[in-house]
Amino acid sequence: MSAARRIPHWADVTLVPLTSVVLAFLLSAVLIWAIGESPWQAVKLMVEGAFGSSYGWGYTLYYATNFIFTGLAVAVAFQARLFNIGGEGQALLGGLGVALVCLYIPWPHWSLALIAATLGAALFGAAWALIPGYLQARRGSHIVITTIMFNFIAASLLGYVLVNVLRPQGSQDPSSPRFPPEAHLPSLHDMLAVVGIPFSRVPPTNISLFIAVAMCFAVWFMLWRTRLGYQIRAFGESEPAAEYAGISPARITIYVMLISGALAGLMAVNSVMGEQQRLVLNAVEGAGFIGIAVALMGRNHPFGVFLAAILFGFLYQGGAELALWTSIPRELIVVIQALVILFTGALDNMVRMPIARLFALRGAR
Amino acid sequence: MTSLKPLLGAASALGLTASLAHAEPALMFDLGGKFDKSFNEAAYNGAERWREETGGSYREIEMQAAAQRVQFARRLAEAGSNPVVVLGFQNAPTLEEVAPDYPDTSFVLIDAVVDLPNVRSVIFAEHEGSYLVGMLAAMANETGTISFVGGMEIPLIAAFACGYAQGARAVNPDIEIIVNYTGDTPAAWNDPVRGGEIARAQISQGSDVVFAAAGGTGLGVLQAAEDAEVFSIGVDSNQNHLHPGSVLTSMLKLVDQAVYDAFTEGPGLETGVVMMDLAADGVGYALDEHNEHLISAEMQDAVEEAKAAIIAGDLIVHDYRTDSTCPAF
Repeated sequence: MSAARRIPHWADVTLVPLTSVVLAFLLSAVLIWAIGESPWQAVKLMVEGAFGSSYGWGYTLYYATNFIFTGLAVAVAFQARLFNIGGEGQALLGGLGVALVCLYIPWPHWSLALIAATLGAALFGAAWALIPGYLQARRGSHIVITTIMFNFIAASLLGYVLVNVLRPQGSQDPSSPRFPPEAHLPSLHDMLAVVGIPFSRVPPTNISLFIAVAMCFAVWFMLWRTRLGYQIRAFGESEPAAEYAGISPARITIYVMLISGALAGLMAVNSVMGEQQRLVLNAVEGAGFIGIAVALMGRNHPFGVFLAAILFGFLYQGGAELALWTSIPRELIVVIQALVILFTGALDNMVRMPIARLFALRGAR
Repeated sequence: MTSLKPLLGAASALGLTASLAHAEPALMFDLGGKFDKSFNEAAYNGAERWREETGGSYREIEMQAAAQRVQFARRLAEAGSNPVVVLGFQNAPTLEEVAPDYPDTSFVLIDAVVDLPNVRSVIFAEHEGSYLVGMLAAMANETGTISFVGGMEIPLIAAFACGYAQGARAVNPDIEIIVNYTGDTPAAWNDPVRGGEIARAQISQGSDVVFAAAGGTGLGVLQAAEDAEVFSIGVDSNQNHLHPGSVLTSMLKLVDQAVYDAFTEGPGLETGVVMMDLAADGVGYALDEHNEHLISAEMQDAVEEAKAAIIAGDLIVHDYRTDSTCPAF
C-alpha cells in the first residue's frame, strides 16, 4: 500500500481509471479485429450512436440514470465496508412500490405522483435492504450472502405478485396494467422544449435524471458534511476504533443498508415509471449488478459514480448501435463491457502500481 | 419531428446500411437470445429457411434490455425494414406504441394480439397441441403418474400444463400429474441442470412420462428421462431426434413457419389475427422415424380422433389464459 500513497490525488481519481478504460478498449479493439470487423468503424458507430445525436444522448442518459442510482447504492454501503450485492432485488421491490403507488391512488398531477412514487420506491427498496442489514448487525449473517439470496427471493415475490395479483384477468403477459396518464413523467424532450432546446422525443429519458443528479449531491453531502456520514466512514475505516469512539456498529450497519436500499429502489422511478409505464417481470435487468462495477470504477465517490454511470450508459447505447448495424454479435458487446469492469475493478493494481512507480521515479529525481 | 432528422442522418451516414434501399425483412428476438433452443431459435430457423430458399437477406437484432424493445422496433422500421417480425408477448405494448408511427411498414407480432391496421398478430393454440401430447403420455404411461416441467410460472406455460393435464385425464381420469416450474428469473429458460434435477425428482415420485415446456432447460429434462429409461416429450420444435426411443413425441409450435410465412409474403402482408391452431397446423404432435415404434396404431387413432373433434369444434380444450383456472387440476 505504500506505493499507492505516493500517487497524487488527482492522478488517483483521473489517471488510473482513464488508463484502465483505454486498456480495456484497446483489448476490445483487438477482439473486434480478430473476428474480422473494423475496430475503427465500431468505435465510430458506438460514439456516434451514443453521443452523435440527441437521440443517442437520450438513451445514454436513460441508462446512466439507472446506473447512477444503483451505483450510489453500492458506493454508500461500501463507505461502511458493507458489500451490498442486493441492488437488483432492492430495485425490483422499489418497482413494486412505484407500481402500487401509481396504480391504486388516483393522482391529479404527475408532480404529486412523482413525489409519492419516489417515496414508495425508496421505502420498498429500504425495507428489502433492512432485513439483510438487521441480520448482519444483530446476527452476524454475512451481508454478501444474504443480499444475494434476497435477490432471488425478490424475483420470486415479484413473479408471484405480477402473475397472481397485478396481472389483468385474461392477459397472458405477467405485468401490471399500464399506469394512468396522470402518472406519466415529463420526458427530457418535454422539459427542454419549455426552454426552447430541441431534443429527440423518442428516448425514455425523463425527469428522474435530475433526481439522480440531486442524489449524487445529497449522498456527497451526507457522507462528507454530516455527523452520520462521518460515523459511516469512521465505521468503514475501522470498526473497533468507531466503537471505541461511541459509534454503534449495529445502528450504522442498519442505517447504511436502509440508505443503500432506498437508493437502489429509486432506480424504479426511472425505469418503471419513466420508461415502461407498468411493472413487468425482471424490470431491473442487471442494473443492480452493473451498479457494483459503476461504484468500483467511481471509487465509491458520488462524482465518480456519475462519470462511471455515463460510461456504462455509453457502453449500453453504443453497444445497441453496434448490434443494430454490424454483425458483431451481442455476446461480444457483453465482452467489451466485461473488459471495462475487469480492468477498472479487478485489475486496478495492474495500472496503479506502474503509475505509482512513475511518480516515485519523478519524485526521487 | 425534428428528432427524426439526426436519426436518419446517422443511419444513412453509416454506409453499412447502403443495401437497405430495397425493403428487406427484419426479425427482432425476444430477451433470451437467438440460440435458446426453443422459441427464439425456432424463429431464427424459419428466417434461415427463407434465406436459403430465396437467397434474400434479412436484418436481425437481439436485445439486452427492455428499454431496447421500442428503440429497436423503431430503428428497424426507420431503416426501411419491411416486414418487421417481433417475437414475444412482451412486445405487444411495443407495437402499440411504434406501429402507428410507421403506417407503411408491416409488423408481425408473435404470441400476442395488437389490433392495428398494419400489424399481423400470430397466436398459437398451445393448449390444443398440449392436449394431444397429454393423451399420448397417458396412453404410454404404466405407473399411473406423469409429470410436467415448466420454465416460469406464467400464464403461457400454465396453458401448456393445463392442456397436457386435460388430455391425460381424458384418457385416464385417475392419473396423477406432477407439475413443477424451474424458477422465477429468466435463467429458468436456460438451466438444463436444474431441469434434469426436477425431472429426476418427478421420476422418483413415479412419473414415467415427463413433458418439458421450458426452453433450453428442457434439454436437461430429456436427458434425465433417457438416463432413467422413461419417456419424455419435447416442445416447440421437433425434438424426437435428440434421444430416439426415449422422446415419446414433441409438442410442435411452428414459430418457424409463422416467420417463414411473414418473410415470404413480404411488405404489405395481410394483417389481422392469425390463429395457429390444430386446424391451421400451427400446433401438433411430432411423428417421425425416431418415435414411430413408440406410438402404437391405437394410440395414433385415438389422438387423430381427438384432433378431428377439436378441429370440428366438438371437443373444446379449455385455455387457461381465458380465466386463469384449469378444470383438470
